[in-house]
Amino acid sequence: MSDKNIKLETSAQNTWCPGCGNFAILAALKGVVAEMIKKGTPKEEIVLVSGIGCSSKIIDYINLNSFSSLHGRPVISAQGIKMANPKLKVIVFIGDGGCYNEGIAHLIHAAKRNTDLTVLVHNNRNFALTTSQFTATSPKGFKGKSTPQGSIEESFNPLSLMFSLRASFIARGYSMKINHLQDLIKKGAKHKGFSFIEILQPCITFFDTTDFYNQRVYEMKKGDLKSDQEIIKKIKEWDYEDNNSKIPLGIFYQRKRPVYEEELLKK
Amino acid sequence: MIKKDFSILIGGRAGEGSRKAGLIIAKLFAELGYKIFIYDDYQSLIRGGHSFSHLRASDKKVLSHRKKLDFLLGLNEEVIKKHQKKLDKKGIIIHDSMAKKAVEEVKGKPMMENTAIIAIFAKNIGIEWKILEKVLKQEFKKFQKLNLKVAQKAFDKAEILFKIKRLNKKVFPLITGNEALALGAVKAGLKLYLAYPMTPATGILHYLAKNKDKFKVVVSQLENEVGIVNAAVGAAYAGTRTMVGTSGGGFALMTEGFSLAAQSENPLVIVESQRMSPGSGVPTYQAQGDLSFVLSAGHGDIVSFVIAPGDAEESCFWGGKILNLAWKYQTPSILLIDKEISESTFSFDKDILKKINCERPLLWDKKGRYLRYQDTKNGISPMAFPGDKNVISKSNSYEHDEFGLTIEDEENTEKMQNKRLRKFKEMEKEVDRLESVKVYGNKKSKKAIICWGSTKGPAKEAAERLGFKMVQPIILQPFPEKKVKQALKGVKKIALVETNALGQMEKLLNSYGIRIDKKVLKYDARPFLPEEIEKKLSKF
Repeated sequence: MSDKNIKLETSAQNTWCPGCGNFAILAALKGVVAEMIKKGTPKEEIVLVSGIGCSSKIIDYINLNSFSSLHGRPVISAQGIKMANPKLKVIVFIGDGGCYNEGIAHLIHAAKRNTDLTVLVHNNRNFALTTSQFTATSPKGFKGKSTPQGSIEESFNPLSLMFSLRASFIARGYSMKINHLQDLIKKGAKHKGFSFIEILQPCITFFDTTDFYNQRVYEMKKGDLKSDQEIIKKIKEWDYEDNNSKIPLGIFYQRKRPVYEEELLKK
Repeated sequence: MIKKDFSILIGGRAGEGSRKAGLIIAKLFAELGYKIFIYDDYQSLIRGGHSFSHLRASDKKVLSHRKKLDFLLGLNEEVIKKHQKKLDKKGIIIHDSMAKKAVEEVKGKPMMENTAIIAIFAKNIGIEWKILEKVLKQEFKKFQKLNLKVAQKAFDKAEILFKIKRLNKKVFPLITGNEALALGAVKAGLKLYLAYPMTPATGILHYLAKNKDKFKVVVSQLENEVGIVNAAVGAAYAGTRTMVGTSGGGFALMTEGFSLAAQSENPLVIVESQRMSPGSGVPTYQAQGDLSFVLSAGHGDIVSFVIAPGDAEESCFWGGKILNLAWKYQTPSILLIDKEISESTFSFDKDILKKINCERPLLWDKKGRYLRYQDTKNGISPMAFPGDKNVISKSNSYEHDEFGLTIEDEENTEKMQNKRLRKFKEMEKEVDRLESVKVYGNKKSKKAIICWGSTKGPAKEAAERLGFKMVQPIILQPFPEKKVKQALKGVKKIALVETNALGQMEKLLNSYGIRIDKKVLKYDARPFLPEEIEKKLSKF
């Protein structure tokens, strides 16, 4: 099957803001699934799972199996799908609000279990579709409609949380670095186990962090991180606040661990 | 006349083994052909306190315990003090002091007092040693020899008070309602059971986990009830027959996923075993207080199946049927039981399993392009699953078009609502075809008791003694209006019996124009006893 024969488009009209980082994520994703299909993964065995919010609209724009869950629930819905049929290749799309606010328990337990999922967190660091309120990764002082004087909560570092759980694949990408991102998604999808890929994504309408990120992001080199200490240091290099530290991109951690559904279904 | 209906209470502190002793006594009776019912009363603690098994053995099928005691067996004196007033005039007390002596004489372990007390009881009612020995051998695999020694000693020392009649009847196995419903679901093709522990539904989780290989069921405990329900909907989307179990508080958390299942048309079966609420309530005790809640569960326009079986055999049958219905209509469904059914022990007639099959849902004919939400005449769209060849299956929590893409326009929104409305109509028709209402007692009586769920047991006995008719709707949603009205034909006075404080069933009946003349309610977190209902309706 050649690339041209894989029709991934649907008839759905795209409703993202013009210039939204989601377009880049969609393009990167299409590149990854087209290659997966080309290399022999049957199209019908790929399942995309999403929740609610701008990020979650992505499943309407790709002609593949999909399950639209509820706000905060795609990670656990995806685990149900994997328990039912571990052969399926499941990719989850979730925003920072759904992942780190509403559904954080599911993220923690999925990482702990090492369910074989690829989770893409579209982190624009605010609830955008509800016209902008702060989320768990909005910087302190974030001025949204629920915090007109600035959020009084400090943000948290999801990568630290994932590393404390030994999530078996931890990476960070940036929506403006599409080739790098595509490579991360490809590696995450290939990884057997729980792949956590956070995607920094400017919200061009409500929280445009494009310049902020462009000045700070850099790609880590392969093999840079050898010890736990080095991994933690890199993860903590940027603490999700508005400071001047650099922001590393790439794979922070990867290791093999028994996969939950394989253990569960073992005879 | 020879007595054929016995009421026995055995109690002790939690951890002393009164539950096990009650079960062994029940098995002795079962060996003699008696039918059994055991009510287990225990507190929310691990050691100490006061717990007891109140059992009934009868030549007829019994579904509740009786107030008056023929035998009171205490693993400590407190038990005797607490329950003595329930003892019948001819009732017999067996004290732990008698048991203690037997244990000491053969140097048994203090834990074995319950073995001794069983042996004394067996001798008292004239059960032969070889029957006792057989049952004890089955029940005690650990320290079997020592237990038998203790039993032999106690048996020899005790006297025969009368000779119980052996009935020439089939010996039925004893199982709990939780186990019965699990068996039914397995027979109907259950493949995945997901749960978060919550009394009184936890027994289902334990039973299926213990027997997962035998039943070929995958069992998983996940982070919370929100997770459970959402994983279950995901699993159903991927084609796996799934069931989840919880009580009222857990169900409250599941209503979000319940609504998702309705909108995305994924089959979902939730076992809701009620206990005394609101809040944490009286967690290990009985109530039927979640009826109004489950009938209206889930945001949006939803008609789900709500089925309330009244005993172990009905739980088994409907535990299987509800799985088939959920898949046939691609709908969320609730099996509504309670502590009294979940944790009580019943004589179980396995023949009921023959009536349960794994019914094939409507599947895609593999022609043309697959449409997950195809707009069919009866509103039911054929199913296909991810992984099936040439299938793109798009399940959607948003309103969607036939393919499954999100829509917001008025024309398509109404069209899809209409599709689901037609499906709800089909569900109503299905209820008319099923045995959704049962009638007992004096069918010609102008007075009727209406009850539902576990109240069936005591209400049926009361109705029979009072000469009333008894009507038990089993399917509560869609409500079997025609069948209930048919059952009430010629009835002039209706009494409603249920274990909640508001009389929640009345609201449901009223909405179909059925008026209640008297409500008999119980809300002390204990099940109804037949005598209580009889007394309250003696002047009705």
